[in-house]
Amino acid sequence: MSHHATSPQFRDNAHKALGDAQLQRALGNMRTGFPERRAAAAARLPEFEALRDSARDIKNHVLAHLDLYLETYAAKVEAAGGHVHFCRDAAQANQTIVDICKSLGAKTVTKGKSMISEEMGLNDALDAAGVKPIETDLGEYIIQLRGETPSHIIAPAIHLNKDQVEGDFRRVHQHLPKERDLSQPVQLLTEARGVLREKFLAADVGVTGANFLVAETGSSIIVTNEGNGDLTQTLPKAHIVVASIEKIVPTLEDASQLLRVLARSATGQEMSVYTTISTGPRRPEDPDGPEHYHVILLDNGRSSMLGTEFEDMLRCIRCGACMNHCPVYHAVGGHAYGWVYPGPMGAVLTPTLIGVDKAGHLPNASTFCGRCESVCPVRIPLPKMMRRWRELEFERKLTPGVQRTGLDLWAFMAKRPRLYSFAMNLGVKAMALAARGKGRFGKLPLAGGWTDYRDLPAPEGGAFQQQWKAKRGGPR
Amino acid sequence: MSSAEKKPIVGLFATCLVDMMRPSVGFAAAKLIEDSGCEVVVPAQTCCGQPAFNSGDRRTARDLALQVIDAFSGCDYVVAPSGSCGGMMAKHYPELFAGEPMLARRAQAFADKTHELTSFLVDVRGMERVSARHTGQATYHDSCSGLRELGVQSQPRKLLASVQGLELVEMKEADVCCGFGGAFSVKYGEISDAIVGKKAGNIVASGAPMLLAGDLGCLMNMAGKLSREGRKVEVRHVAEVLAGMTSEPPIGAPAKGENR
Repeated sequence: MSHHATSPQFRDNAHKALGDAQLQRALGNMRTGFPERRAAAAARLPEFEALRDSARDIKNHVLAHLDLYLETYAAKVEAAGGHVHFCRDAAQANQTIVDICKSLGAKTVTKGKSMISEEMGLNDALDAAGVKPIETDLGEYIIQLRGETPSHIIAPAIHLNKDQVEGDFRRVHQHLPKERDLSQPVQLLTEARGVLREKFLAADVGVTGANFLVAETGSSIIVTNEGNGDLTQTLPKAHIVVASIEKIVPTLEDASQLLRVLARSATGQEMSVYTTISTGPRRPEDPDGPEHYHVILLDNGRSSMLGTEFEDMLRCIRCGACMNHCPVYHAVGGHAYGWVYPGPMGAVLTPTLIGVDKAGHLPNASTFCGRCESVCPVRIPLPKMMRRWRELEFERKLTPGVQRTGLDLWAFMAKRPRLYSFAMNLGVKAMALAARGKGRFGKLPLAGGWTDYRDLPAPEGGAFQQQWKAKRGGPR
Repeated sequence: MSSAEKKPIVGLFATCLVDMMRPSVGFAAAKLIEDSGCEVVVPAQTCCGQPAFNSGDRRTARDLALQVIDAFSGCDYVVAPSGSCGGMMAKHYPELFAGEPMLARRAQAFADKTHELTSFLVDVRGMERVSARHTGQATYHDSCSGLRELGVQSQPRKLLASVQGLELVEMKEADVCCGFGGAFSVKYGEISDAIVGKKAGNIVASGAPMLLAGDLGCLMNMAGKLSREGRKVEVRHVAEVLAGMTSEPPIGAPAKGENR
C-alpha cells in the first residue's frame, strides 16, 4: 500500500497552491531563510567544496560495491544480536513490520521521522493491522493530526503557519483549557512535548529511519533536532530500523564525512542537535535500550536504478537543499508534486518509483536553472536527469501532441537556414508592424500561455541576419 | 605575418531570439567584440538546438548542433550574447555525440572555442573597460545558465563598473531564476508567472530605473511582467549599455514619441 499519487494532476495542484494565501505566506518564509543559512554554513568551512567531492565519491564507491557492503552490514547486525529483513517492495516491508509488531503484541508504535516509511505507506499498513502509529517528530506529528503527508523531506509541516497548528492542537488535544495561551511556537512545542512524552513511555515498538547504515559496525545512524528519535528507539521493547538499501556507508569515518555536509546543506547547522548511533539490541551491561532490534532493508526499485543513467540519484542523502533552493518548489510547495518526494530530487526519483506516465509533469516543470545541482552535497546532476526523463518521454511518445507538432515544425524550419531566415524576417516585420506604437502585445493569438500572464515584447522589426548583410555585406 | 596584424575571427552566434526580436543586441555585441580587437563574421544560422535538447528531442538537437559546428568551422572563436545558448554550445554539445568519437572530438573543439559575450571580452580578450557612458542607476539579473554553467557573474559587473555615469545597484536574489526556462514559460505559464512576479518585486525594490541581463529570453520575460504590472523600468540587454548603443527603445517599450 502506498500513497495515492496526484502527480498526474500537477498542473491543477500547482494552480490551487498558487491561489492558497496561507500556503504562499508559509513558503515566503522559507524562500530566503534556507539558502542564506546554507550559504553561511558553507562559507564558514573552507573545505566544504572538497567535502562535497568526498561525499560524492563515498556514495559512488558504495553503489559500485553495494552487494558487498550490504552483506557485510547484515552480518554485523546479526552478530550484534539484531535481525535484518531484506524486502523487495513496500508491501513486503510493511507486512514484515506488522508481523514483528503482532509477535510482540504491540498496540502503539512511536515513529521517528522517516521518508522511506512515507514511501511505503507504513502508517496506513499499521492502522489497517490495528496497530496505532504515532509520529514523534513535531512536524510529522502535526501533519498526522491533519491527515496530511509531508510537504518537505526535512521540514514536513513547512506549508503550515503556527495559527493552523494551534487550531489542530485545540481540536485534537481535548484536555486543553480554552484560556491556555498557545500563540507562540515555544508554547506549541511544550504542549506537543507533554502529549508525546506519554506516548514514548507507552509505546511497544519504535520505528526509525536511518540517515546512514554503517557496514563495518552494523550500526544505524539518525540525526534529529528534537531528540524524539532517541526516545523512539531506546524506550520501547523493540526498535525497528527501516531504510532503503542505498543508505549504506562503509565505515564510521565515511559517515562522519557525510554528516559534515548533511546538516550544513539541509538547515545550515554545523551538526544536527542529536546524532544517534545504534547497534543491535540492549546488551546486558547497557543501562537501557530495546530488547529487540530489527532492520528492514527495502529495495523498492533501487536495485533496478543501478547501472542506469539514474544511478546517480541513489547518492541522495535527503538533505532537502535542492527543494530549499528551487524556484518552482518555492512557488507551489511540496504537496503539488503529488507524491512522497517533492522538489528536484522528487522530480527525478518519483518517475522511477511510480512511472513516468504518472509523474511526467515533475521533470518537465523545471526551468533548468541549475540551482539544485549547485547546492547538492553529493553533486547529483539533477537537471541532466530531469532532461533524461524528458528524453525517455519523447522516445516513448508520451510528450503531449501539441508540443510535439510544434517542435517538429520548428525543427523543420531550423534545419533550413535560408527558408528560416526568409520566414523569420517576414514574420518579425509583420509582428513589429502589428505592435507599432505599443512595443508589446498584451494579447496574441496562440500565445496565451505567455500573454495570459505577462506582455510579449514586440520585435524591433527585420531580422538581425538580414540587417547585418545589408550593412556589412556577406558573411565574410 | 605577425599575430598583431592578423585579428582573430569571431563568429557571432546572434541567438535566434536576438535575430528575431532584437537585432540591436547583435550589433552591440559585434561592436564590443570588434573593440576587443577581433574581426566579426555572422555565418548563416538558425538556433543552437536547445529547445529540442530540453524537450527531450535529442536527435534534432544533435542535427542542429552539427549544423552550427559546420557553419562556424572557419572561426577562431564563437561568441553568443547569451549564457543560455552559450552554455548549450560550450557545455552540452559534446554530450550529444557520446559514442561517436570523431564527432565528439569536433564538438569538444567547437565547445572549447565558444564563449558567452561578457566572459569572452573579459576572460579571453582581457578587456578592462568599455568606452560607453550612461547616466543613472541600473540593476543586473544573473541568468541561470550563464551563471551556473559558464561562471558569468563578475565579468558583466566589471565592464558595467567602467561605464561612465552608471551606478550598479544589486537587487536581492539577483542569482535566482526569473522563471523563463524556455518552453517552461508557456507550458507552466502560471508557475512561471509566480516566479517572475517575485523577480519583478526584487527589481522594483532595488530602486534602479533600469534592468540589465545577458539573455534575451529572461529579459523578455521580466520586461513583459514589469510592463504588465505597469512598472516603469527600462529593460535592456547588457551589451546595449556596454556598447553605448541605447537608441532603440527598451525591450517591450514603444519608440519615443509613440503612445505607451
